[in-house]
Amino acid sequence: MSTAPISSPRQACHPASELTVLRERGQQTVFCGLTGIIWLHRKIQDAFFLIVGSRTCAHLMQSAAGVMIFAEPRFGTALLTERDVAGLADANEELDRICVTLLERRPDISTLFLVGSCPSEIIKLDLSKAAERLNARLGAKVRVLDYSASGLETAFTQGEDVALKSMVPLLPETDAKQLLVVGSMADIVEDQFQRIFTQLGIESVRFFPPRRATDLPPVGKQTALLLAQPFNHSTVRALMARGAQLLSTPYPFGAEGTTAWLQAAANHWGISEAHFAQVTAPLIERARTGLAKYREQLVGKRLFFMPDSQLEIPLARFLQRELGMVLVEVGTPYLDRQMMAPELALLPSGVTLSEGQDVDAQLDRVRASRPDLTVCGLGLANPLEAENLTTKWSIELVFTPIHGYDQAADLAEIFARPLRRRAQLVV
Amino acid sequence: MQLTIWTYEGPPHVGAMRVATSMQGLHYVLHAPQGDTYADLLFTMIERRDHRPPVTYTSFQARDLGADTAELLTQTVARAYERFKPQAMLVGESCTAELIQDQPGALAQGMGLPIPVIALELPSYSKKENWGAAETFYQLVRTLLHDLIPPPGSGPRERPAGQPPRANILGPTALGFRCRDDVVEITRLLAQLGIEVNVVAPLGACPYDVRLIPEADFNINLYPEVAHSAVSWLQRTFKMPATKIVPIGVGATREFIAEVAALAGVDPAPVLSKEQPGVAALSASQSRLHWYSRSVDSTYLTGKRVFIFGDATHALAAARIARDEMGFEVVGLGTYAREFAREVRAVAQELGIEALITEDYLEVEAAVAALHPELVLGTQMERHIAKRLGIPCAVISSPVHVQDFPARFAPQMGFEGANVIFDTWIHPLMMGLEEHLLGMFKEDFEFHDQASPSHLGKASLPAATYAAQAGEPRAVASSAPQEAVAAPVAGDDTPHWAPEAEKELSKIPFFVRGKARRNTERFARERGVTTITTETLYDAKAHFGR
Repeated sequence: MSTAPISSPRQACHPASELTVLRERGQQTVFCGLTGIIWLHRKIQDAFFLIVGSRTCAHLMQSAAGVMIFAEPRFGTALLTERDVAGLADANEELDRICVTLLERRPDISTLFLVGSCPSEIIKLDLSKAAERLNARLGAKVRVLDYSASGLETAFTQGEDVALKSMVPLLPETDAKQLLVVGSMADIVEDQFQRIFTQLGIESVRFFPPRRATDLPPVGKQTALLLAQPFNHSTVRALMARGAQLLSTPYPFGAEGTTAWLQAAANHWGISEAHFAQVTAPLIERARTGLAKYREQLVGKRLFFMPDSQLEIPLARFLQRELGMVLVEVGTPYLDRQMMAPELALLPSGVTLSEGQDVDAQLDRVRASRPDLTVCGLGLANPLEAENLTTKWSIELVFTPIHGYDQAADLAEIFARPLRRRAQLVV
Repeated sequence: MQLTIWTYEGPPHVGAMRVATSMQGLHYVLHAPQGDTYADLLFTMIERRDHRPPVTYTSFQARDLGADTAELLTQTVARAYERFKPQAMLVGESCTAELIQDQPGALAQGMGLPIPVIALELPSYSKKENWGAAETFYQLVRTLLHDLIPPPGSGPRERPAGQPPRANILGPTALGFRCRDDVVEITRLLAQLGIEVNVVAPLGACPYDVRLIPEADFNINLYPEVAHSAVSWLQRTFKMPATKIVPIGVGATREFIAEVAALAGVDPAPVLSKEQPGVAALSASQSRLHWYSRSVDSTYLTGKRVFIFGDATHALAAARIARDEMGFEVVGLGTYAREFAREVRAVAQELGIEALITEDYLEVEAAVAALHPELVLGTQMERHIAKRLGIPCAVISSPVHVQDFPARFAPQMGFEGANVIFDTWIHPLMMGLEEHLLGMFKEDFEFHDQASPSHLGKASLPAATYAAQAGEPRAVASSAPQEAVAAPVAGDDTPHWAPEAEKELSKIPFFVRGKARRNTERFARERGVTTITTETLYDAKAHFGR
């Protein structure tokens, strides 16, 4: 690790914008990929996620999942004990025993994910072998998949990416022309987009992940990919390896992002400009009406994004272009230039981007610039509030319907609310 | 391997974090992979602290494993020292770092920092959070007092003439259950006795304060789970006596007062004379519990069946309060703190029951389901078990969630603590009048078995409640693993219920119905009765009593 926190700025790929990127190494304050399970187990209703890890992993899950842990969770931890770590117990036998017991008791599970963690990675427990073995043993009843969502390899939302990627080999083959929307979204948002695609005349639309693991969408050479989330790079590349074609577009946040996103699909399907305008104009109008009152609250306000989920760049673009906020720094845990190119092109030139984190150095920059709003994780939010800096806790952005036209104002409200609250309180 | 969905304690390094975060001027460098910073949220969110915990993580990632993680650690230590300039530093590892064996403590100690560096050896795969807190506190105290140890054969410290007696309060920590207010309440009690508080640690202390510990006359071991190792070391090394009674409950508080007065050589009479058992005058005492408990509206609490689970200190205190101060019947008692299993077993034996010593909450749920208590006193975990089974519940111990770090003054200890406990435990129970009317009239559209107590507002019990109350096996095909695990599976020898007997059973008040079913089936089994009739039900009732 270099102790020099910042390497020399690099030119962005996009010639239209001169973007400074700070690349930082040091203490990271991000979740590991295991946290992806917290929303994935809700999204995919017939799957069970079994983490193979330590008490720390189990503790993380219950701390992050809060009260949900008791509302019939579909995840658990196979806790490594001293005997497993010392090699006294055959870890494979132990794992098989736990899986078989679990599945006997839970006949409703169609898919079991074995999820690797830091400890299981370090002791080189081969979960893909275990999945193979269990698949042979269990036959057609249950499908066992594996992926690793350790902190060593994944940050927060990358936990979804590795989970989805593990499902790609199972997708059926199809030569039919279809649209595949990739990334977890709220059910209500999926339904809205489904309606819009139908109105546009795009008939065959599937979503990945599906709501049931038994209902996997097919993929093939005639499949076009639209990305709902910016963090599923390895899944997207695996789908492209199966012949799917990526539609390059900004992400569907705000009226502008959503329009561009739909436009990419409409263009691919050869839908006329006139028809596209006819379908989208009232929706754009409605989104703008919703956004108008927030613009008053947010325009000119200075915004600092600390890295969390890779949603930072698309959201910064939305807040800057549609609501008039001023970007002080936009931090992201990981920057995939190919997947982010259409977004980077829309950012104002001169904006400071940072990739990775050295949290103490970054906090120094927050304190020095004193932004009006800092978007950060819950480990930093209250301490910054106590320094009289207004914060927006970033995790909410992963747990709230924020995509599409009819959520544009809700998304703006998420950022406006803490500012309004601070203005309202007189104690 | 062990299948876990809930863990009663975090890993031991979280215990070390609790000690570090409790204190000032102490920094903790933790060798841990990216992602382990989730633990910060326990302090900033659940406890609502307004500062980041004084913890720096190395946050190593896969790409660092090929390089030099030991180098990364020494750089992190150096930078943390430069930035925070602590008076002392803890250095340790999380479960993943333990596997790569960089020896962070030894490395940091070899760096020549101008402050004490305490190397923590916390085995993540065999020990847990409270052990980690106790070990960290013990190592810290040992290290910081090393040069002050009196020569062998020295007696206890002589109190200088004219100096009032002084005590240390040891054990309260960040994330500890109600530690903040317990310390205030106990400090107040000591002041009434003329005893000064010398040092409170770890909560609020800095390393320099820890060095003042030997200047007290005795130690108050307020939270044995955290302080027991340090307290016994101070007893051996500095000849400092320590309290054994934890002042939770009226009786325990009275005994604690007598105990500290004896240790301090002061007269407890000014405080204790107003606190005689049986003095049912509200004005006489600082505690209201004993009058509230004696007043006639509490009569219906007599013999209510209660299940108790938590850390050992709080579970033992609750058992005593439940039986001696509330008049409940303790039907289950257990702890997840194996270090204190012996003490809990002894008290359970005294109560005529068998202690449940386990970290497996599925076992706890099965025990609650089998015992059909009318009230569960436990942790956040039991709150959800109780919700699923439709049993009233109050929280008495960690692990707890954000609602148990309240804004209001809410101690568990001392006389005010007893007042808080009375209100907290009674609140979830159905009020007396409602309970009577439900026993009388069963068919009301608004007040019925499956409605929760009306003073709790609209929250209705889950649909599964009726079945659970009636002791019926829950569907094994349920979507929750713990449900499936804990579901009582009817054995082949379960007698059959005649329809009219089943109907009669449903007329019994719901909170005792499960017990009535179980007793009747046991009664039938013991007598070889295969079909339970209405007569069997009443025969069993006469045999067992309520």
